[in-house]
Amino acid sequence: MTDNVLEIRDLGVEFKTDTGTTNALRGVNFDVPRGKVTAIVGESGSGKSVTANCIMRLIQRPGRITSGSILFNPTSTESFDIVALPDKDSLIYELRGGLISMVFQEPMTALSPVHKVGDQVSEAILCHRNVSKAEAWEEAAEMLNHVGIEDVSRRINMYPFEFSGGMRQRVVIATALVCHPEVLICDEPTTALDVTIQAEILTLIKRLQTELNNSILFITHDIGVVAQISDYVVVMYQGRVLEIGSTHQVLKDPKHPYTQGLLAAIPGIAPPDQRLSTISDVVGDIDITTAYPLTTLSDGRKVSLPQEALRKFSIRRTSETL
Amino acid sequence: MNDVVLKVRDLNKSFDGVPAIQDISFDLFRAETLGIVGESGSGKTTLARCILRAIEPDSGHVEFLSDDGKVDLLKLRHKAMLPLRREMQMVFQDPYASLNPRMTVREIIEEPLVIHGVKSKAKRLERIREILDLVQLDHDSLYRFPHAFSGGQRQRIGIARALILRPKMVVCDETVSALDVSVQAQIINLLEDLQRELHLTYMFVAHDLAVVRHICDRVLVMHRGKVVESGTIDQVFDHPQQNYTKLLLSAIPSPDPDVRLNPLDRRTLGL
Repeated sequence: MTDNVLEIRDLGVEFKTDTGTTNALRGVNFDVPRGKVTAIVGESGSGKSVTANCIMRLIQRPGRITSGSILFNPTSTESFDIVALPDKDSLIYELRGGLISMVFQEPMTALSPVHKVGDQVSEAILCHRNVSKAEAWEEAAEMLNHVGIEDVSRRINMYPFEFSGGMRQRVVIATALVCHPEVLICDEPTTALDVTIQAEILTLIKRLQTELNNSILFITHDIGVVAQISDYVVVMYQGRVLEIGSTHQVLKDPKHPYTQGLLAAIPGIAPPDQRLSTISDVVGDIDITTAYPLTTLSDGRKVSLPQEALRKFSIRRTSETL
Repeated sequence: MNDVVLKVRDLNKSFDGVPAIQDISFDLFRAETLGIVGESGSGKTTLARCILRAIEPDSGHVEFLSDDGKVDLLKLRHKAMLPLRREMQMVFQDPYASLNPRMTVREIIEEPLVIHGVKSKAKRLERIREILDLVQLDHDSLYRFPHAFSGGQRQRIGIARALILRPKMVVCDETVSALDVSVQAQIINLLEDLQRELHLTYMFVAHDLAVVRHICDRVLVMHRGKVVESGTIDQVFDHPQQNYTKLLLSAIPSPDPDVRLNPLDRRTLGL
């Protein structure tokens, strides 16, 4: 039995709009294993960020969680269902930033422009722990140093606008990690950055994950980033999970036609003198929109496919369903 | 070698005394795709805009091979630029910001024809229908507004607007950066098909090196406003000579999980 820090089951989310109801998530199932990096990959609108927001209980009207559960530390005696927590439950506040924290895409929006960097990092500590301001400031400085900010004693008194994009993202990461959360959710943390800075931030996240041994849920649309950072991959499309497996399984030998299409569309994989395939070229007339249940294959990965398409794979014969 | 469509020499532009591009020189050949890569702030967009005189460069020469022969764009008055603008067009990054939300698709695509004096309404409509076919948009799209379209469709509208005047050179400034990978693949394929059919010359500004490798023939690498390296795609990507190019290439995360990211360090390279 694997040790999971989060187990997401049958998660459904809808948004009521003037033009009707949009089902942003339609029965999402996956696990976040402890001490590993799990990537969620998908196109815009696939439900990656909505899933992350559910875990943090950040879904707001007109959005609503309609079904499912998110078990935190499912095997522990203090396990609880994040979805079932009442609004304003004290556990929600402990959860946000304490047990689980988040790094966002745009570091300038995630940081307050009118507060010193040191105040923003130490605020996270003061929210969750009963320490003095001076102690929190001290710890903030330590964490900023840890995420690779040099000359901390001077920089801690500066404002976000005085930092470059990469440095800002380091500050956001410091803020997220300063309370030692069990799960760190990174929602496209490098998308707004230059490729060189992205490489630095990816290296940093990887290093911190090895040192702190926390669990990371990493949301991205960039397959290159997935390949480099994650241990497991969850492929999402139209609010559902289509394939789950180890990074090696999913990227080297994708079984779901949608995943195959997603990979074929990347310029880095296709030979330069060849036309890029689009997802619809690869998927053809295979039905990828109906919500088929996830079936576990003999190599441990899970795919959502109709029965006739499953015939060519060997399926794991256990009662375990997901 | 093919005709030189654009010859840029010693192009300079500063903003408030801070140099944005310095002494840029290169040639652009007919029907090729020249990539311009570099980090943000390296001057890629400034270079593109100076060439089109969307902003005024401080000094240098930009010789353009127009239908009426060679002209130095920087010596022309704005009025004299107008007929040349037909031959050089631009497609922008953000398909949401670059289309006027209050104009229909027809008005958006028709505007360049009106400006460039195609008087007959019927003729304009005929050209618009032709271009819609070329960029694979439905004719039903004509009387709808941009908000009714997806990002990829909007980018097709932007491309249609750029191509309606049958330009010689098209500057694509991060044209596929904001798109999902599958839509990006469609637009890249479309740009390549259009290039073949219409013998277009592309200047392709991008920060995504995998995209550049896929569609460009040659590339200029920019760093702090200067071209630090240039050459064919294979030369630059497989045998980079300059430290900055090596740094950029080492930072690309490979989609193959067996190829580990091992970025070079800016400081040890002395950058």
